[in-house]
Amino acid sequence: MSSTSVEQLPADNSVGIIKPKTIHFDQALELVCGKTLKQYDLIYETYGELNADHSNAVLICHALSGDHHAAGYNTEKDRKAGWWDSCIGPGKPVDTNQFFVVSLNNLGGCSGSTGPNTINPETGKLYGPDFPIVTVKDWVESQARLADKLNIKIWAAVVGGSLGGMQALTWSLSYPDRIKHAVVIASTPKLTAQNIAFNEISRKAITSDPEFHDGNYYNLNTVPTKGLMLARMIGHITYLSDEAMGEKFGRERKSSEFNFGYGVEFEVESYLNYQGKRFSKTFDANTYLLMTRVLDYFDPAADFDGSLEQAFEKSSCGYLVVSFSTDWRFSPERSEQLVSAMVKAGKPVSYAEIDSQYGHDAFLIPTERYMAIFTAYMGRIAQEVNANES
Amino acid sequence: MRADLRVIEPWVEPNTQVLDLGCGDGTLLAYLQEKKKVLGYGLEIDQKQITRCIQKGVNVVEQDLDKKGLSNFADKQFDTVIMTQALQAVKRPDVMLDEMMRIGRQGIVTFPNFGYWRCRHYLLWYGKMPMSKTLPHTWYNTPNIHLCTFKDFEALCQQKNIKILNRTVVDANFEQSRFALMWPNLFAEFAVYRISR
Repeated sequence: MSSTSVEQLPADNSVGIIKPKTIHFDQALELVCGKTLKQYDLIYETYGELNADHSNAVLICHALSGDHHAAGYNTEKDRKAGWWDSCIGPGKPVDTNQFFVVSLNNLGGCSGSTGPNTINPETGKLYGPDFPIVTVKDWVESQARLADKLNIKIWAAVVGGSLGGMQALTWSLSYPDRIKHAVVIASTPKLTAQNIAFNEISRKAITSDPEFHDGNYYNLNTVPTKGLMLARMIGHITYLSDEAMGEKFGRERKSSEFNFGYGVEFEVESYLNYQGKRFSKTFDANTYLLMTRVLDYFDPAADFDGSLEQAFEKSSCGYLVVSFSTDWRFSPERSEQLVSAMVKAGKPVSYAEIDSQYGHDAFLIPTERYMAIFTAYMGRIAQEVNANES
Repeated sequence: MRADLRVIEPWVEPNTQVLDLGCGDGTLLAYLQEKKKVLGYGLEIDQKQITRCIQKGVNVVEQDLDKKGLSNFADKQFDTVIMTQALQAVKRPDVMLDEMMRIGRQGIVTFPNFGYWRCRHYLLWYGKMPMSKTLPHTWYNTPNIHLCTFKDFEALCQQKNIKILNRTVVDANFEQSRFALMWPNLFAEFAVYRISR
C-alpha cells in the first residue's frame, strides 16, 4: 500500500483530522460457513456530509491489508494519510464536497473491528484461530447493517479496488435495490489457480513459523513476524509489475562489489525486507490468513452453475470497471470477463483499461488517465444525486 | 444536431439494445438514449473520447475492434449494431460485417463513397490519391485503409446474403440532393445503409 507522506498537515484537498467511530451490533450474524457471530463491533470513519434525503452516501471497501482509515489523518502527528487519500477528499474522484463517504474495517480485520485479535465475549479470551472464516457475502451483510445504523437505505455507489471490488460486485448481487452504482477496480470474478497458489505459499509461510503456535501466539506473548514478513514479501511481488520493479530497482546494489554471500545486496532485496518487516509489526497473522481465504472463496458465478451472466441478471445498478495494463495478479482479461457478462446480462457498464506500469498496486496510485475516468464516473453519480434531490 | 443522427433515428426502435462500434464521444448513443430510451453501449479506443462518453452518461467499453473483434458478444445480443464512418478503417471490413450480422438483428453502416465525383476527378486530374475535407489524410498515414464505393459495398452485401433494407444517400452536409438521388455512386458523398440477414 502506498500513501502520501506530507510535511504539513492537512492539505486543502484533505478531509483533515478524522476520528474513527465504533458501533456495537447485538443482532447475531449468521455466516456462510454455518457459524454465528452473536455480537460484533465495526470500526469506521466517515468523510463529508450526508445530504437531507440520504442519497449521497458512498461506501469504500478495503482490500487485503487495508482498513477503515482510508483518508485524512487520525492525529495531527500522523505523517501518513489514509490508504486511499489520493482518491478521497475535496475535489478528488470521490469528492467529499459531494458525497458522504463511509469506510469501515471488515469483520476479521485487525484494526478495531471484531476479528482474531479481539475478545470473544463468550469465552472472555481472544478469538485467535477460532475466529470463524468469513466470506465477502458476510462482509456485505455486516456492511448492510452498518448502513441501517447510519440511516443509509441506498448507496449512491459502493467503491473498491481488488478485494474491495469484489465487495462492490457482491453488493450489486446481494442487495440490488440498495446500490445505484458499483465501481470495481483491478478486480476479478474469481481467483485463478495461480492466485490461490500464491495465497497458499503466504499461508504456509505464516503457519510454519515456530512462533505461530496454531494461531494462539497472543497468549504466549509472541508474534510470527518471520512468517508474516515472508507472506507480505510474496504478496508484494504480485502487486508490482516486472516493469515497475525494473524501473524502481533494476539491478542496483548497495555496494559496487559482490559480497559473495547471502546477505542483502540488491536494492530490491532491501526493499522487500523493509516492506515485510514493517508490515509484520503492524498486521495480524491470523487476519492475513483469513483475508487470503476470503479471496480464495470468492466466486459469485458458482451459485449460478458457473454463469457470471446469470449472476448479474438480478443486478440493477450501473457499473464502472477499471483494469491496469501491467496488473498480472488480476489482469485486464479478468475485468473484461466481468464486463462481457454484464453486457450479456443487459446491465449498464463502462470499462477502461488504464496504461500503467505499476501492476496491481496501480489502483492506489493517482495516475492521470485513471483519475480522469474515476472522476468522470463519480461526477456523473453526483449529478444524478443532485438532480433527484431537488 | 449531427446530420446522420436524423437519418439513423427512425430506424432504431424504442427501448431496444444498441451497440455503437467506434462510438466517439457518445453523441449518437446519448441522442438515442434520450429520444428512444435505448440501452446503448459504445466501443471505443480513444482515451479522451472514452472519458467524454462517461461524462455524458453513455456506457462505453474500451475495446480494440482489430485486436479483439466482437467475439465477446453473443449471437443476436443487440437489436441494432451501428458503425458510422469506421468500416473503411478496420482491418477486415468483410469479417466485421459478418460479426455485426451475427450479434445484431440489424446493422446500420455509414461510410464515405470513394466513387464520389470529386474523388474520381482528383485522381483523374492530379493522378494522386484523393484528399478532401472528408478524406483529409495522405495515402501513407490514413486510417481509411479499405475505402470503397457504394457499388463495392452493395456487391459485398449481395455476396454475403446481407439484405439492404434502406439506403439514404447524402452530400457532404448530409442533405439529400436531386443529383445524389439520381446517380448516387457519382454524386453522393455518404450513404447510410440499414442492413440485416
